[in-house]
Amino acid sequence: MTPLLEVKGIGKYFGNVIALKDVSTVVNSGQVTCVLGDNGAGKSTFIKILSGVHEHSEGELLLEGQPTRFRSPREAKEAGIATVFQDLATVPLMAIWRNFFLGSEPTVGAGPLRRIDIKKAKSIMREEMAKMGIDVRDPDQMVGTLSGGERQAVAIARAVYFGAKMLILDEPTSALGVKQSGVVLRYIVQARNHGLGVIFITHNPHHAYPVGDRFVVLNRGKMLGAWDKGGISRDELVKMMAGGAELEQLTHELERVT
Amino acid sequence: MSTTALQPTSEPPPTAVDERLAKVSFLTKLLQRPELGAMIGAGVVLIFFAVTAEQFLTLSGIARWTDVASTLGIMAVAVALLMIGGEFDLSAGVMTGSCGLLMGILATEVGMSIWLAIPLTFVFAAAVGFLNGTVVVRTGLPSFIVTLATLFVLQGINLGVTKAITGTVRVGGLRDAAGFESAQRIFASDFWAPHNFRISLVWWIVIIALATWVLSRTRVGNWIFGVGGEKIAARNVGVPVNRVKVGLFMMTSMAAALVGIMIALRLGSVQAGQGIGEEFNYIIAAVAGGCLLTGGFGSAIGAAMGALIIGMTFIGIQFSGWNTDWRFLFLGVILLAAVLVNTYVRRRAEGARS
Repeated sequence: MTPLLEVKGIGKYFGNVIALKDVSTVVNSGQVTCVLGDNGAGKSTFIKILSGVHEHSEGELLLEGQPTRFRSPREAKEAGIATVFQDLATVPLMAIWRNFFLGSEPTVGAGPLRRIDIKKAKSIMREEMAKMGIDVRDPDQMVGTLSGGERQAVAIARAVYFGAKMLILDEPTSALGVKQSGVVLRYIVQARNHGLGVIFITHNPHHAYPVGDRFVVLNRGKMLGAWDKGGISRDELVKMMAGGAELEQLTHELERVT
Repeated sequence: MSTTALQPTSEPPPTAVDERLAKVSFLTKLLQRPELGAMIGAGVVLIFFAVTAEQFLTLSGIARWTDVASTLGIMAVAVALLMIGGEFDLSAGVMTGSCGLLMGILATEVGMSIWLAIPLTFVFAAAVGFLNGTVVVRTGLPSFIVTLATLFVLQGINLGVTKAITGTVRVGGLRDAAGFESAQRIFASDFWAPHNFRISLVWWIVIIALATWVLSRTRVGNWIFGVGGEKIAARNVGVPVNRVKVGLFMMTSMAAALVGIMIALRLGSVQAGQGIGEEFNYIIAAVAGGCLLTGGFGSAIGAAMGALIIGMTFIGIQFSGWNTDWRFLFLGVILLAAVLVNTYVRRRAEGARS
């Protein structure tokens, strides 16, 4: 089977700074590929290449077997790749329904009378949000008044609704409480079950392990390794993430948490 | 792109009603409207001058202040759209002068028909707007600085070119140009004698309605809010951010062309200094009308209300027999009060977050 997306030895330079070098992985439909790494590991650069914000300097991107290069976020979006950025996914001063359909508004009428089908937009948005477990009573409520988890939910529900083949989530759980993180993780699983290929970027192996099928660990712009779920245990993944020195303290900490 | 909804296979979590969320009251809804402050303000100003000057609420009186408000208001609505899109245009005031002068020179010195000079003037305005917008989006410089430069460039050209061509600081003799009367009928006539309401009032109302329609009902309107509110988020979901911004700059310049043409046809001549300083009135009207200086929030009706406040103040002071110099004090107070009210309103709109 051709993977949905194959990344082969990809790299990115900003002038003479190597932001990312020699990263390879695959993303299959109906699977979750987790990209883990500490701050500055190159996670952001990696997703920016996949979502069309940056072009890669070396290596190859194969989308359904075809060599691809995204010159703009729009191109990536048209290829079926939806990205949910951590803070920059929604417009706080706009109504929920306007955010949900921003850039892809449903319209009625033609010519100069072509206008947004507001009724349809509102009802679809409410339906889609209900699937995520959020009851939107006032579609005109501004997104800025929602909690962090709910805002992620708007962005994820939007990507799923618009028929994305691949969903890239940039640290969707990092700013959330335990319960809300659980809700977001559940939705990642739902997106996977619907046949989407999901790339889940996180620095939390405890969020990655239960939902991931494949794990890529980045460190300082390079790939430390890639494993299928069967090939690595949760403890090993935590160990990879933490690095030897801080491990002692971290396991100590984690024993109390889990 | 397909828009088929995906059906969930696993049960979504129950959609419990959050007991901490209070019911949205009508008052809260009202407070979320950007134009609320300006409407109240307009009401207060109206009552104030209705008391101090008895002409103020006669039909002839209304014709006077709607005249001032409409020429100002056409620009205020355009500037408001641009501000919602997150940008400024300080050159908009002088642009009305440039466009009036250009049309005048084309009609009198070049000898064109007014009806040919008008479309050419609009093309010129669109080009200046395109230049403003392109420099802003390509360089990433604040539009405040870029259009400040445009302001001075245009101001220099207005004076220099007018003097070089006519030897004076005005372009006159428009009344003798071909097509003047028919153009004046459309852009600068009166109606409803003897009160003499200006045709600019009709243009203004049409433009308010059009801008409101675009902002609230069309895709482009949605994009304008998105681009001004959170540029990167809008870009990430595929909104053509740069095209929206350049388009807004072009629209603002073309509105300035409309106003410049109206003034030129009304007076039959254009002063080289026409429009200088007016840009602040436009911005005050837009801000008084609820537009945020940071972009992403505001309305066309609000900006129109802001222009109405300014128009009523200018004429109201005259009618009351006071020294008209006091109007600047009024403008300052209006601006400050508007910003204070808007900040409060936005906090309410955003909830307890900020």
